[in-house]
Amino acid sequence: MSNIIKPGEDEVGFTKPLYAPIKRRSFFMYAGATAGITALALAGCNDDSDNTSMPNMVDVGSSSLGVLNYAYALEQLEAGFYTSLREGTYYKGLASGTAEKQILDDLYYHEVIHREFFKAALGTNAIKALEPDFSAIDFNSRASVLGAAKTFEDLGVAAYNGAGRYIATDATGLQYLVIAGKIVSVEARHASLIRDLVLEGSFVDSDVVTIGTNGLEISKTPTEVVAAANQYLKEGSKLNVSNLV
Amino acid sequence: MNFFQILSEIEKTDPEVFERFDSRRRVFKHMTGFGKKMTAAALPLAMGSIFNKAYGQTTSAPSIPDVLNFALKLEYLEAYFYNIGLQGDGTIGNNTTSAAQTSLRGKMSAQNVAALLKIRTDENNHVNFLTDALKKAGATPITAPMVSQFDFTGGKGNGNGPFADVFSNPATFLAVAQSLEDTGVRAYKGGAPYLASNDDILTAALNIHSVEARHAARLRAMRRAGAMSTAPATVAAGTDPTTSPKSWISGQDGGGASPAQTAAIYGAGNAPAYTPAGITFPAEDNVTQGGVNLQSTLASLNFPASAFSEAFDEPLPVPTVLTIASTFTVTGSTFFA
Repeated sequence: MSNIIKPGEDEVGFTKPLYAPIKRRSFFMYAGATAGITALALAGCNDDSDNTSMPNMVDVGSSSLGVLNYAYALEQLEAGFYTSLREGTYYKGLASGTAEKQILDDLYYHEVIHREFFKAALGTNAIKALEPDFSAIDFNSRASVLGAAKTFEDLGVAAYNGAGRYIATDATGLQYLVIAGKIVSVEARHASLIRDLVLEGSFVDSDVVTIGTNGLEISKTPTEVVAAANQYLKEGSKLNVSNLV
Repeated sequence: MNFFQILSEIEKTDPEVFERFDSRRRVFKHMTGFGKKMTAAALPLAMGSIFNKAYGQTTSAPSIPDVLNFALKLEYLEAYFYNIGLQGDGTIGNNTTSAAQTSLRGKMSAQNVAALLKIRTDENNHVNFLTDALKKAGATPITAPMVSQFDFTGGKGNGNGPFADVFSNPATFLAVAQSLEDTGVRAYKGGAPYLASNDDILTAALNIHSVEARHAARLRAMRRAGAMSTAPATVAAGTDPTTSPKSWISGQDGGGASPAQTAAIYGAGNAPAYTPAGITFPAEDNVTQGGVNLQSTLASLNFPASAFSEAFDEPLPVPTVLTIASTFTVTGSTFFA
């Protein structure tokens, strides 16, 4: 409990704190007590990679907890993005009651909730708070903001779909699989709407869905996903997913 | 015939036989009456009934082919719906266009018609994909159902149910479409645990699941913006989620597009006995994830209460989905039985 950040320390920042400590134990009591605890004991600390080929990177780990940390990392990125855009003139200029205001508010709420959920669920197994690098995004530009939102939402969907296979098939793993499913369909709803805002009718275009052939989302491997995600993370916060196999 | 010797023989190949019986108390009730009431002649029949209860599909977890065929049924339901409404005679691969279809399309913007045709294409492709996937897995896909098995008015065959104008009124058409897609999203989520043992099939199912969610979001935008809108994404949701929903499910969305018929789509599911430990099927307004009540735990964020339910969709179990889907089959149909 010593690492709880005090209120006011980081009001609009990337690592919006949980002011009330989450009862982590209740998560795992629910999530199949013994299996969860065993997994925790085996997983160890993932914060520091000692993989010499990828120094200074954040290793998300392997198996079920690796997928959870991978998801936590991506949710940190998304939540950070929607938090940052609130400081830009594009968002600030949106009138109350407009679709874009409503949408960007909801996406901010949803992604922060996702991030805080994973943080609580992972407890001491969580990777560190990542430092984003959004220097490529112009938060004063509608096109830049919505383009980036589209990138993050599509990437999130492709990432969750591609990572399901790395979750273990024990009782705890199946619970994680369902929780990932609960989140990914919300991400897909986001992606669909943001895409249509950027370009009307593009909600299932061929860059994300094999629409001409079998109508499947084009899922991405963790390696493919971090190649994109790491562009938005600072040195020391870039992700290493080499243990998700 | 020695009943207990037969059980003992089964036990050699299936060590869990007694557990299977044990978990189903009704079977024991059968067995207690055995000596007293059963005549020798009735014995084979009674035993058949006991083994059905222990091994029958209704009480054991679905296999991978079971889940894929379940998904295929839902995809047929969706594909036939879009086919009948927009293009074709209902069946997969038929692309004729009727006067009624032209009329319905004429009541919607070109943008919305184009979007619906994309969704139609996806659903037809999902049918073909799942059929192929089952064959590749060495299983038998279900036979394509007759179009006459379905009544999308919800009239169970009389063609005059609560959605009587489903293929002539775009608002009704979009309402049913949203209901079908939201059901599909919950159904795939509920089926996923039973596919987890096969990575490639699991990934494919997840890749259909998210496409259904993309469809649902688009349809919801079309509903709040109106069928003639040329840019539905630019229209904000109103205060009544039944007529002007967000692209995501907020609480239980007031029961959905037509609460008397659609409330179950957003309600809780009845978990079958075979459900893996710890997996539950709460209603869509659930705010507790992984045992943590997020709304109270994260109260300091000062987010709207609705955000905590919106951030997570919920699964539905196979039997609940079948009950919902049977709204659109005719009386006597066993398609979703």
